[in-house]
Amino acid sequence: MSILIDKNTKVICQGITGSVGAFHTRGCLAYGTKMVGGVTPGKGGQTAEGLPVFDTVVEAKEKTGCHATMIFVPPPFAADAILEAIDAELDVVIAITEGIPALDMVRVYDRVRRSKSVLVGPNCPGVITPGQCKIGIMPGYIHQPGKVGIMSRSGTLTYEAVWQTSNLKLGQSTCVGLGGDPIVGTSFIDVFRWFEEDPETEAILMIGEIGGTAEEEAAAFVKEHVTKPVAAFIAGSAAPPGKRMGHAGAIISGGKGTAAEKQAALREAGIEIALSPADMGAAMLRAIQNHGR
Amino acid sequence: MAVAKIARSPKTVSVRRNTDPLAKKFANTMKIHEYQGKSLFAKYGVAVLNNGVAKTPQEAADAYRLVGGGVTVVKAQIHAGGRGKGSFIEHPDQRGVQLVRSAEEAEQTAKRMLGQTLVTIQTGPQGKTVNQVLVEAGCNIAREFYLGIVLDRAAAKPVLMCSSEGGVEIEKVAAETPEKIFKEHFDPAQGLESFQVRKLCQQLGIEGGAVRAADKFMKQLCRLFVDLDCSLVEVNPLVLTGDGNLIALDSKMTFDDNASFRHQDLAQLRDISEEDESEIRASQTGLSYVKLDGNIGCLVNGAGLAMSTMDIIKLHGGEPANFLDVGGGANTEQVTEAFRIILSDPNVKAVLVNIFGGIMKCTTIAEAIVSAAKTVGFKVPLVVRLEGTEVEEGRKILEGSDVKIISALDLSDAAQKVVAALDT
Repeated sequence: MSILIDKNTKVICQGITGSVGAFHTRGCLAYGTKMVGGVTPGKGGQTAEGLPVFDTVVEAKEKTGCHATMIFVPPPFAADAILEAIDAELDVVIAITEGIPALDMVRVYDRVRRSKSVLVGPNCPGVITPGQCKIGIMPGYIHQPGKVGIMSRSGTLTYEAVWQTSNLKLGQSTCVGLGGDPIVGTSFIDVFRWFEEDPETEAILMIGEIGGTAEEEAAAFVKEHVTKPVAAFIAGSAAPPGKRMGHAGAIISGGKGTAAEKQAALREAGIEIALSPADMGAAMLRAIQNHGR
Repeated sequence: MAVAKIARSPKTVSVRRNTDPLAKKFANTMKIHEYQGKSLFAKYGVAVLNNGVAKTPQEAADAYRLVGGGVTVVKAQIHAGGRGKGSFIEHPDQRGVQLVRSAEEAEQTAKRMLGQTLVTIQTGPQGKTVNQVLVEAGCNIAREFYLGIVLDRAAAKPVLMCSSEGGVEIEKVAAETPEKIFKEHFDPAQGLESFQVRKLCQQLGIEGGAVRAADKFMKQLCRLFVDLDCSLVEVNPLVLTGDGNLIALDSKMTFDDNASFRHQDLAQLRDISEEDESEIRASQTGLSYVKLDGNIGCLVNGAGLAMSTMDIIKLHGGEPANFLDVGGGANTEQVTEAFRIILSDPNVKAVLVNIFGGIMKCTTIAEAIVSAAKTVGFKVPLVVRLEGTEVEEGRKILEGSDVKIISALDLSDAAQKVVAALDT
């Protein structure tokens, strides 16, 4: 098992003929991902990285039977690329692109929620099921097949957590980079639900950050619905408040959003807290050892 | 919204630009002045009072006559709130907002503001230089409200928020009496609906002919928010006049950096003099940099890791001098420039480099350290923690150089060593 993707997942890359898309398609191929093609409008019929290129996602799906897509399309066109993948009813749409206008994502989000697809991202490192399938830009070698499900809103901080759990021989079932944009397709709660149902995931590590209320909502969900051991780290306890958000942002979250408040909410839900980013792996281990006591 | 970014040709728009939203929480999104916001309001038919901008005292006198005379307001234009209560370093009795009753008085007031330094609760003790003043007609205020539009992350929709507690600190209202803030979400394509305006009017106690004024005011403001890809539009206070009109007495607008490619016309509204010099340099190099008050310079890849590096420095008793995310795609020159920016801060007494190479290769960082040692010179201790892509090769480059480096094994080792290095 694992969640979202595994060794049988057939993947295409939207934006495969761009330099970044090509580079990471090579990286995924080298990791062993079943990359089956790419899409770049106007370049159908060509090949890239040894894979067939198609003009549209729907054509790529017909010809390759792909289940998932990895999107590297530049920001001005990325929302359209996501909508195209949803329209083609791909199971998993992973948008790596950073810098998509927020209002474009309002439009996309509305459509995703009424579709059959799961959107991960945008502005995320991607998803990896170690030893089976890597869709994204993370360095593959730091991962180790194992039992911890990891989810995070930040890229390199996820690598740090992966590295720590690998060094502790816990390994990872699947790692999901949710993306740091204000509006992303998949929430902490979605991933908690999937990890809870996945028999190979024995423990869950969540990496959040200051701002918004996503971590508080996740804490409430964990308290009600998650039986597996959970650990969490919140980035940004040292962030200067003056540099954060405008007035209106603070109103929306009802004055919530500091690291201390989030840690309190998580702790209250029985989640083990890593106070230091160097403590994420160890906190996961503590949560596993304390579980069921 | 950085000039460098706007000027960038479509060809060089990379997929992972160094504008991670985490970083953006620290970085400045583009703000504009009140007078610029009001001119955008006017374009959208959102009611504002007659006004004029003055860069000299003489222009202020002219503007006074132009807006119609009588009781008029002179307002200092800086990118910070709290102007009415703020005062000038050079003239401690002068506030940032003042009523005047003659052209001479307007001229004299402008003289005491222009070129002078205004300190408010939002500027910090160093204050901000006032380069222009807004001269605006007075009006007969019956009631004051707060109105703001922002993207609600949780609902994934923009939301219009109103409160009958106008003119005061809205965070205080939100914290103490959240029930006095009324919200209506809207679809960007449809805009705000009339029934939503009627609902808000009832909640705010706006009646009669003023409801019709509110319909235009609120709908058009929502339209502007969507059309211009704003991240925030705020009117505080929004006033109801004695004759039933709704007027924006203030304007505050910020824009979504990510949408700058389709709003090149807005770039000219940017006021570079309002921004930190190092931050401008960094944004021109494609780096996310925010200057802070501590003494440990940080160079990190990835915004989340950069923020966590600041966290762990604090946990070990240190104070970060900056937030700096070099991103994934930076080359040796960009990273060298990053060192130059960090080291140009005289407060920096030690530097911590924390890299977890994914896209970023450790060799790139190692080469940049060697190059920065040659061209900039490290006069303060340098602690380096490398992990990830090409880490062995990177370490070899550093070992083979004569740059004095304190190597760290992991994140906490790095933080301990850099804090300890402050005392050496």
